[in-house]
Amino acid sequence: MKGNLISIDDLERSDIEDFLSKASQAEKMSKAEASKILRGHILSTIFLEPSTRTRLSFDAAMKRLGGSTIDLAAEVSSVEKGENIADTSAVVAGYSDICVIRSPYEGTARMVAENTDVPVINGGDGANQHPTQTLLDLYTIKKEFGHIDGLKIGMLGDLKYGRTVHSLAEALDHYDVDIRLISPEETKMPEHIVEKIGIEEEKTELEIEDLDVLYATRIQKERFPDKQEYERVKGEFILNKQRVKEMKKGSILMHPLPRVGEIKPEVDKLPQARYFEQSCNGVPTRMGIILELLGVDKDA
Amino acid sequence: MPDLKVSKISNGTVIDHIPPGRGLDVIKILRMERGFDNTLSLLMNVESSRLEKKDIVKAEDKELTKEEVDSVSVIAPSATINIIEDYGVVEKKRLRLPDKVEGVVDCPNPHCVTNTGEPVEALFEVVNQNPVELKCSYCERKFKALELEI
Repeated sequence: MKGNLISIDDLERSDIEDFLSKASQAEKMSKAEASKILRGHILSTIFLEPSTRTRLSFDAAMKRLGGSTIDLAAEVSSVEKGENIADTSAVVAGYSDICVIRSPYEGTARMVAENTDVPVINGGDGANQHPTQTLLDLYTIKKEFGHIDGLKIGMLGDLKYGRTVHSLAEALDHYDVDIRLISPEETKMPEHIVEKIGIEEEKTELEIEDLDVLYATRIQKERFPDKQEYERVKGEFILNKQRVKEMKKGSILMHPLPRVGEIKPEVDKLPQARYFEQSCNGVPTRMGIILELLGVDKDA
Repeated sequence: MPDLKVSKISNGTVIDHIPPGRGLDVIKILRMERGFDNTLSLLMNVESSRLEKKDIVKAEDKELTKEEVDSVSVIAPSATINIIEDYGVVEKKRLRLPDKVEGVVDCPNPHCVTNTGEPVEALFEVVNQNPVELKCSYCERKFKALELEI
């Protein structure tokens, strides 16, 4: 059966480790070596919602591996002309060896995977899943510390609406880590996730001194039905130089980006700041995902 | 034994022990509210020894398919299905939810791909039998039986 990457929920710890290990291999390869691996292969990208980092890093990842990409421009596509997503994606995926899809509708990637013979990667489906982001987050942590088990990881900000932190929390449930949730009352992590993964520490104050990893998130305006509620919580928990300096030696500050004021630019030069490296890790992580799903082992 | 206010049927199906208030949903889920030509009775809030109150649906000359039995089990898992022939019960079926429920109820999440006109039917994995809890196989959200739309 072909492999897909649709949801973190589908993955065991060993699957996650396989992806991370392939990402590490990809990062260690020389450019010349990498560029021979997928020569002649095509990745199709279908983005029915705006994306900068996910789209470009997949494009870069495939090109680093020597392959090429074809891209469906949603605004001039058949979807805009009224063709359904299932038909459009089956056609586009059929032109390629592997396909990435992002859609505002939850469950789209799974539907697409059922309608095509090539591996399908979920590049984000509404408020549901964004598994490649989660894998690059885990890759960043593992690369930094050499391990994930035993770490104390704080998640900060919009824990109610942010799918990134939901998926990361579920993935971290496979590891022996302490998770601390830090958020205003209004944006607390949904109870079903807190219960499912047995998180015991929830704070409404910025306690970050003893953390190994602080994962900050953007408060997503579009997820708030009540704009007044958004205005009220947006200014809380801003990370400035003084606050980040309180973090212990060797700790790191991550953020999925884009940020909208929750991390001050003055923090960027501090030793804890790791969000730009994290974003760059999107390329080797996605190279690893492509290699794993295409069943390519460079050492074989 | 309390008097039943609707007479027995000669042949057909009696769906008994439906949670009170869910009888109408059972008729809807079986698509009998329109286009069913035989006698159809709905009793609501009947006194019951097993449940304090219950609804009952009686359908003359109606035999339920397996898919129909499964669909009743999603919204009324406590119900029993009695097959009637010549005024007598010839078979009594207890319901059990299948592991997967396909095309029976819509996903309550308006952003789920199954609600966007795409050629894909709602599919749920049963994560809990009692109380009934289903997980949408597409949007991955979980729902209790009462949240499901008929």
